[in-house]
Amino acid sequence: MKRSSFAAPYGIWMLVFTIVPVFIIVYYAFTMGGAVTLDNFRLFLEPEFIGILTFSLWLAFLCTLLCLLFGYPCALFLANRDMRRATLFVVLFVIPMWMNFLLRTYAWMTLLEDTGLINRFLEWIGVGRRRLMYTENAVLFGLVYNFLPFMIFPIYSVLVRSDRNLEEAAQDLGANAWLVFLRVTLPLSLPGVVSGVSMVFMPAVTTFVIPRLLGGGSFMMFGDLIENQFLTTGDWNFGSALSLIMMALIFISLGILHRFNPDAESNGAVW
Amino acid sequence: MRLRVSAILIIAVIMLGAASAALAGGEVNVYNWEDYISEDALALFEEETGITVNYMRFTTNEDMLVQVRADPTNYDVIFPSDYIIERLVSEDLLEELNWENIPNMSYTLDWLRNPSYDPEGRFSAPYMWGTVGILYNTTMVSEPIDSWAAMWDAQYKNNVFMMDSIRDTIGVTLKMLGYSMNERGQEALDAVKDKLIEQKRTGIVKAYQVDETKDKMIAGEAAMGVVWSGDAAYAMGYNEDLAYVVPKEGSNVWVDGMCVPKGARNKGNAEAFIDFMCRPDVALMNFEEIWYCTPNAGAIALLDEETLGDETVFPPQDVVDRCEFFQDIASDITRFNRIWLAVKSAR
Repeated sequence: MKRSSFAAPYGIWMLVFTIVPVFIIVYYAFTMGGAVTLDNFRLFLEPEFIGILTFSLWLAFLCTLLCLLFGYPCALFLANRDMRRATLFVVLFVIPMWMNFLLRTYAWMTLLEDTGLINRFLEWIGVGRRRLMYTENAVLFGLVYNFLPFMIFPIYSVLVRSDRNLEEAAQDLGANAWLVFLRVTLPLSLPGVVSGVSMVFMPAVTTFVIPRLLGGGSFMMFGDLIENQFLTTGDWNFGSALSLIMMALIFISLGILHRFNPDAESNGAVW
Repeated sequence: MRLRVSAILIIAVIMLGAASAALAGGEVNVYNWEDYISEDALALFEEETGITVNYMRFTTNEDMLVQVRADPTNYDVIFPSDYIIERLVSEDLLEELNWENIPNMSYTLDWLRNPSYDPEGRFSAPYMWGTVGILYNTTMVSEPIDSWAAMWDAQYKNNVFMMDSIRDTIGVTLKMLGYSMNERGQEALDAVKDKLIEQKRTGIVKAYQVDETKDKMIAGEAAMGVVWSGDAAYAMGYNEDLAYVVPKEGSNVWVDGMCVPKGARNKGNAEAFIDFMCRPDVALMNFEEIWYCTPNAGAIALLDEETLGDETVFPPQDVVDRCEFFQDIASDITRFNRIWLAVKSAR
C-alpha cells in the first residue's frame, strides 16, 4: 500500500467540503437568477459596503497589532521558563480556550456592562461608572482577548525550539541583551510571528457575533454583513460575492505575509 | 464490576424507552421564536402524545423566512407573524390546516378567526398577539414617556436600546415621522434612514438587540428600549421601576400564528401540536411564562381580574385602535435592508 493512499480520506473530505463549496460560491457570486452577471460585485462598490470592509480591516489590523505587542513578550516569557514551571504557565494559558469563545464573550458582557462587576467596583472605590461596553474599544478588546492565544502559541513553539547556544554565542561575542534579542532571537522567531499574525488577522477580519455582542449591534463587520445576506435578506448571490471578495483578500494577505517568512523556501513555497 | 454492568443496563433501558417512545409517536419539528414557549408545555406534550419535539429557535421573522424558504420540509410547525404569513401564503409555502384535527381552535377569540393576513382562516391558528412599545425606567427619565420622539431626545444619550429587527425599527421611525408603518415610498424611507443615522451618530443608541433587551432593562442598563409587549410585562415583573407605553403616534399590533410549511414531513403530528397549544390549560401555561396576549378565550376565562386589567398585557381598545398591522412588503425588503445596513454600518 502506497503511503499517499493514507491521504485519501482527507482528499475526499477536501473535495466534498472545500473544493465543491468554493465552486458553488463562485457560481452564486457570478450569477443572478441563473444569468451570468457582475452586478453582485458592482453592488459591493456602494459606500456602505466598502465602509464595512475598511472598518473590518482596520479593526483586524489593530487587533493583530495589539496581539503581537502583548503576545510576543508573553511567548518570550513562557519560552524562557524552566521546563516544569513552563508547563504550568502554558496550561494556565490554555485553560480558558477549553471553554467556547461565545460563553467567554457572554461572561465579558456581564463584567463590562454599566451595572456589571467592573463598574460596581469602580463606583465602590469612588471612580464612578465608565462606559465600557457597546463601544468600538469593547469590540477590539473582545477580539484581542479571543485571539491572543493564537498569537502566543506559534511564537512560543518556535522560540522553545530555537537553539539557545546561538544566543549564548552572541553574548560571548560581546552583544548586550538588547542586541541579542534584536539580532538573534527576533529573526529566529519570525516564522512564528508570521504564522501568529496570519492566525489572528484572518479570523479577526471575518469575525461576527463578538462585535454584535460587545458592540451592541452598532459596529457591523464584514462577517456580520455576509451573515446578514444569508440569514436576513436571503440574497445568496450577493452573499457569495462578498465571501469571494473575502477569500481573495485573505489570499492576498497570506501572500504578502509569506514574503516576510524566512522559512518560505524550505517548506515548499505555495506562492 | 457489577455496579458498572447495572449502570449500563439502566442506561440501555432508558435509551430503549426513549427510542420506543419516539417510535410510537414519531416526531415533530417545531421552529419558534427565542424565549417564546413554556418548556413545561413542551414536556407535557411529549408525555401525553409520545411525540418527540425537535425544538428550534429564531430571533426575527426575516431570519425564519429565509430558513423556511431554503427547505420548508425541515419544519412541521412554524410561528410566523401576520405579514410573514401573508408572504408565505403568496409564495405557496404553507399547507392548509385540517381543522378537524384542531378542535381546540374553537377557543380562539372571534376577531382573530378570519384575520386580514389569512382571511379565510385556512393556514394559521393564532398563538399570541401583542404590541410594540417603549419599556422605560421611571427612575431614569425626567417625565413620563408617551412619544417615539423620546428615543431621539439628546438627554437620553447612550441610554436607548433599539430593536435589531428591520421592520420594527423602520416601522417605529415611520410612525414618529407621521407616516403609516407600511409606508414604502422612497422619500419616507430616506427620511427614516437619516433619522436613524442621526440617532446613532449623536450617541443616543446604546445597542441594537432583540432578546437581550428585557434582561438589560431589568438590570437598569438603559433608560428605555423598544420592546414587544410580552417582554415588557416579563421585565416589569422583575423590576418595579419599569413602565411600558404604546406611544401616542401609534404603533404596531401583531399576531403570531402557528402554521405548517408546505410538504412538512409530519403534518399529522404538527396538527396535534397546534391543537395542544390551543388547549386552554396549555395556552395558560404559555401565557404565564411569556406574558403575551393569549388569543385563547378558554385561557382568558381562567385569569383573575388583576391580570386582565393589566394594560401592558391586555391593551385597552383605544390603544389597539391606534396601532396597525404590518403588511407584507414583498420584494421591497431588499430596499428596507439597504437602509438597515446603512444605519448599522454608520459611524
